[in-house]
Amino acid sequence: MKEIVVVSGKGGTGKTSVTASLSFLGGKDVVTADCDVDAADMHLLLNPDFAYVEDFYSGVIAKIDQDTCISCGKCAQVCRYDAIQVDDGIHTVIPLDCEGCGYCARICPETAITMKEQNVGKWYISTIKTGGIMVHARLGIGAENSGKLVARVKNEVKKIAGESGIDIILVDGSPGIGCPVVSSLSGADFVVLVTEPTVSGLHDLKRVHELVKKFNIKSGCIINKADLNPEIADLIKVFLGKEDIIHLADLPYDETFTKAMTMGQTIIEYKESSLKKDIAECWQKIKHIIYI
Amino acid sequence: MKIAIASGKGGTGKTTLATNLSSYLAEFHPLVLVDLDVEEPNSGLFIHGELIHSEDTFKKIPIWDKNKCTLCGLCQEVCNFHSVIKLGNQIMVFPELCHGCYACSELCPDEALPMISEKMGELKYYETGSFSFVESKLDIGQEQAVPLIAQTIAYVEKTFPDDIVKLYDSPPGTSCPVIEATKTADLIILVTEPTPFGLHDLKLAVATMRELKKRFAVVVNRYGIGNDDVLTYCNGEDIHILAKLPNNRKIAELYSRGSLVYKEIPEVERELEKIAIYILNMKVRVKK
Ligand code: SF4
Ligand code: SF4
Ligand code: SF4
Ligand code: SF4
Repeated sequence: MKEIVVVSGKGGTGKTSVTASLSFLGGKDVVTADCDVDAADMHLLLNPDFAYVEDFYSGVIAKIDQDTCISCGKCAQVCRYDAIQVDDGIHTVIPLDCEGCGYCARICPETAITMKEQNVGKWYISTIKTGGIMVHARLGIGAENSGKLVARVKNEVKKIAGESGIDIILVDGSPGIGCPVVSSLSGADFVVLVTEPTVSGLHDLKRVHELVKKFNIKSGCIINKADLNPEIADLIKVFLGKEDIIHLADLPYDETFTKAMTMGQTIIEYKESSLKKDIAECWQKIKHIIYI
Repeated sequence: MKIAIASGKGGTGKTTLATNLSSYLAEFHPLVLVDLDVEEPNSGLFIHGELIHSEDTFKKIPIWDKNKCTLCGLCQEVCNFHSVIKLGNQIMVFPELCHGCYACSELCPDEALPMISEKMGELKYYETGSFSFVESKLDIGQEQAVPLIAQTIAYVEKTFPDDIVKLYDSPPGTSCPVIEATKTADLIILVTEPTPFGLHDLKLAVATMRELKKRFAVVVNRYGIGNDDVLTYCNGEDIHILAKLPNNRKIAELYSRGSLVYKEIPEVERELEKIAIYILNMKVRVKK
């Protein structure tokens, strides 16, 4: 089984549009996972049927039983996150501030505090428009642990691929360099970095590459909107060469991406364009790389 | 006066707006721009100033004192994040996982887990001549953005006077880092694009702001691309649209070089003026 993860450091580089296009090209031969759980957008292009839904519970938060609480104030004293407010002697937990460390519950002399499991989102298994399968998720507002939801989505996708004998897993990874992207990258066989030739694009590429290097995963790079700033595009290519990152493709600055998106389509379905050809070639290259 | 610039996802032009608006507003009012997108701070790429202050930022983690420990195993039991583990006759701490709650340290019967400081990132403060700029950057390998965001806000509150305009460039998304960054703001500007992705992410951001009971308004970036669904949605939901920044390859090119856009494109300046007027009016009202 081969796992391809698409990441970009920061949003707006066209990562999701590219991943959706690759998923469309892969058709029934790939299982797709949307691990950008904070801003899961791929479903807008791939038309999933949301056939299976499950709630996702992760982490706990404290809850004070007012009948047993004697207002001793110990909980508020130990809480390092100021998550316990005292109003007129009544102690209550502010759910958005509670880290779920459980310290208060442990020291409350009246055992008035219980730690409750939190529903932080939902995840889905769907059939998408290509007939292929996609696992995706939606994180609740202000929820923590998106890293764990990402890990959950990835586990499911592996299970499905294993059971159905599908060899390629395609993952739309999370942005940033924090916990969710670490979860997205773990276990990957190949990373596709999508970047753009802007000062910030190059900067983010370098940061996310640092992380990829820690995992010791082979990677390739797609430079989107490559003609927007040829000088920076060149700098990116120098960086790729130096870091041994395969240069997969240069895509032009092209509003076709947005036009296709507005129709709810991937570039591949949208009318003939040079982009379509470029991405198709890119997919062939990636498949070639992961099998050698 | 605290204003946070946020978006449901990255890449909608949040940084472009933050840097251009700071530079523009600073012509009328003292201002500090704070980059709270600590995982990928980008504003600094557009801003050149004199470094005034720089400091490492730390979080607290426990460290095992072998000589005092009696291997009772309580620390492993109390840690809800599995960041301290008893392995044979050793106690191991995993700093990346530690949330710094102090439970293991304070409950250890033998004071064998004192808390020490571990570096998690860097904070820098610059003066550009027209406005102040503070940015923090999370070290690679550090997984938790929230403590660094909280420390950066605390630094800004302590360093700058109350009547200065504080503009926070928030992290993207709707999870904890954004909540931390927008928690204390008087106004949140949500940046979006008039596309299906933009609309979808805007709806999540709006739901978050409503849940937090925050005052917010929208700026539409790349106006002219995509369709009118974002405008229809905002009108239907009675959401104020502060400005519409045009879609234009020239803007993308200026951005790619790290240049300020409004100085070369008058349409952008006119839109920034609308935002500035709104903010400055609001400031007068907040004062009263
Ligand atoms: S420690 Fe327990 S009894 Fe004391 S105030 Fe907190 S909840 Fe109430
Ligand atoms: S569980 Fe931890 S963070 Fe939550 S209220 Fe208790 S002490 Fe505070
Ligand atoms: S709680 Fe303290 S004494 Fe007990 S095992 Fe942990 S470090 Fe050692
Ligand atoms: S301080 Fe809290 S989170 Fe960190 S190791 Fe100790 S119990 Fe775990």
